[in-house]
Amino acid sequence: MNKSVYDSPDQVSETKRHILTVLVDNEPGVLARVIGMFSGRGYNIDSLNVAEVSNDENISRITIVTHGTSEVVSQIEKQLLRIVPVHSVTNLDQEGSSVEAEVALVYIYISDSNKKKVYQLCDLYRARKIENENNTTIFEIAGASERVNRFITEINEITKVEIVRSGPVAISSIQKNEEE
Amino acid sequence: MNNEITGAEIVLKSLAEQGVEVVFGYPGGAVLPIYDTLFKQNSIKHVLVRQEGGAIHAAEGYARSTGKTGVVLVTSGPGATNVVTGLTDAMMDSVPIVCITGQVPQHLIGSDAFQECDTTGITRPCTKHNYLVKDVNKLSSVFHEAFTIAQNGRPGPVLIDIPKDVQFASGTYEEKNKIIIPSHRLFEPSPDFEKNKIEEAVELISMAKKPIFYIGGGCINSGPKASELVREFINIVGSPVTMTLMGLGVVGSSDKNSLGMLGMHGMYEANMAMHECDVMINIGARFDDRVTGRLDAFSPNSKKIHIDIDESNINKTINVDVPIIGDVKQVVEKMISVWREKKYKIDTESLKIWWNKINKWKEIDCLNYNNEGKQIKPQYAVQRLYELTKNTKTFITTEVGQHQMWAAQFYKFEEPNRWLTSGGLGTMGYGFPAAIGAQVGHPDALVVDIAGDASILMNIQEMSTAIQYRLPVKIFILNNEYMGMVRQWQELLHGGRYSESYTDSLPDFVKLAESYKAIGLRAKTTDELDDVITQMIETKNTVIADIWVTKEENCFPMIQSGSAHNEMMLSKDQKQDKKSAEKGKILV
Repeated sequence: MNKSVYDSPDQVSETKRHILTVLVDNEPGVLARVIGMFSGRGYNIDSLNVAEVSNDENISRITIVTHGTSEVVSQIEKQLLRIVPVHSVTNLDQEGSSVEAEVALVYIYISDSNKKKVYQLCDLYRARKIENENNTTIFEIAGASERVNRFITEINEITKVEIVRSGPVAISSIQKNEEE
Repeated sequence: MNNEITGAEIVLKSLAEQGVEVVFGYPGGAVLPIYDTLFKQNSIKHVLVRQEGGAIHAAEGYARSTGKTGVVLVTSGPGATNVVTGLTDAMMDSVPIVCITGQVPQHLIGSDAFQECDTTGITRPCTKHNYLVKDVNKLSSVFHEAFTIAQNGRPGPVLIDIPKDVQFASGTYEEKNKIIIPSHRLFEPSPDFEKNKIEEAVELISMAKKPIFYIGGGCINSGPKASELVREFINIVGSPVTMTLMGLGVVGSSDKNSLGMLGMHGMYEANMAMHECDVMINIGARFDDRVTGRLDAFSPNSKKIHIDIDESNINKTINVDVPIIGDVKQVVEKMISVWREKKYKIDTESLKIWWNKINKWKEIDCLNYNNEGKQIKPQYAVQRLYELTKNTKTFITTEVGQHQMWAAQFYKFEEPNRWLTSGGLGTMGYGFPAAIGAQVGHPDALVVDIAGDASILMNIQEMSTAIQYRLPVKIFILNNEYMGMVRQWQELLHGGRYSESYTDSLPDFVKLAESYKAIGLRAKTTDELDDVITQMIETKNTVIADIWVTKEENCFPMIQSGSAHNEMMLSKDQKQDKKSAEKGKILV
């Protein structure tokens, strides 16, 4: 159950990670409305991503990774739908099968002693070196968050790094008809 | 272009097309163009309040007593921040409001200009939706959408922030019927969509042995027809019914099926029936914590049906068996027709046993109080007020606290929309401006604000408004020189340490009234009470009736925080068990 003044009587289900994709009208303040709902009602945002959708510039897609019991997440979905510019909310975990990916950019402190190991690991994870004017070692890795996590753990064991991550985006992988 | 008009004119034209008759407001630098346009027309009346907080509560009172949308007009900065409490109040109690705020001109936004504030940022969580209008050509469509959103689905407040340059700019006006609002921005439930759920619910009711209807403010928001249908359905079933604070009046107090209000200060029989029922039919209520008491002991053996227009209320605090999303009027109409079609009959034998049990609970006489002596008991004052006003078309508003609960317990409401109180937010200072709004909407009705001595001082400046517009609002103060409810909690939970709850240096309310050229009356003893009330009703002027009541009276029955429905406290002598008292202390 959700929060209330009183302790909840029901069995609480397990806390899980959920990816919500929220389609919204691309209007000022819409992101603040969504984020404000989370902070105002005490829900968690693990990561958040906003971009226009490809076929309609008036609509944006917000991808939110959150965690909570299924009751809490269902309440989050319903609260999101109350926001006027929100078109739809899809919980990709509930839908069963979806594909997710994120991008990380990794600045690697490199020296002659670790160079070989670094390049081997990057090769293994298919991380791509990004050319840049300062000729520093910056790699890009894309894929499921799990994979990026593993890469970061391993590279950390070799040398010092700085990392930025986009947070995941996800899409349903269920087959759809043309009209939909 | 010839057909272009100014932004300020678009504002007034939009209001006129939306059928707005009255605006509650307060002028200031950033809304001067709108006030200038207001000056040049006669179709919309403006009520000048004395503080913006009063404007929005007045608009709430107007909206809730008339069923129309309340409109507020205030300036930028402090004008906007002063309405925040009222917006939150309207949000919690689902009151349709359109609030227009001025904003500094666009080129100054973000510069910390004089009387600038981030109005849309501040009001985002306390409105259903808000707008900052940057393009004068979008102004009319924003207004029409705002009115629709305020009234649509679960009603609520909508705010429109208009920079001063947009009020001066010229643009085109678009009529209401030219505006297409995308469907995702509205909520249009269809009872057909929930057909199976409705059938399931009706079948469940037909099999109930111990049913109870639990009625909330949603029934009132759904319109007077909804209340009629709810009464009809309850009559068909023959079931007992209890109402929340916000639902009072949906079923008349004198109705044979009515058990009165439930919850923290509700009726013993209502709470016991909720606890022991086997089928609970929640129509337009939201399992508020004032109603449920301790959740793990809330109506443990019942199947629960929940009809609500706002899906987020479903399974929010209480898990239900049959949720139905929709408008009360449409859903209940459908329920009645299903009941008739399937020729359902409730088990009358079981129902009789159920009623016998309830009647036993009624014998406890939970509202009983000791009415000895010359001093006026607050309960008695409300009872007399009811007796002397029951044959008049009367609207009752309240502030927040003990007097509010006594009003809910002892004033008998027979119709919806006659009872205006701040339920969700519990805003002291609501009642008087709300009464002003109700009186504006119903010039010939009797409007009484049942107030406490502390609450009334929160918006006492509106006396000036009432006098200016010749609004014969009656303020009926149950004066105990305490913040009574705070004092009661301190007595019960904090060892009687009355920290800051005594209101020293109260004004002489009679002289206060006179200083505004209103009528001031006072009753100190029971002998004087009826005369004062009669005089108050008969006076065609604003009246403050200062009723001196016993100072340390407590409001009972009471479910203390942390307790369950079947653990009601009927008097001071009955102590809560220590464990739940300790647990309850940290709650609100």
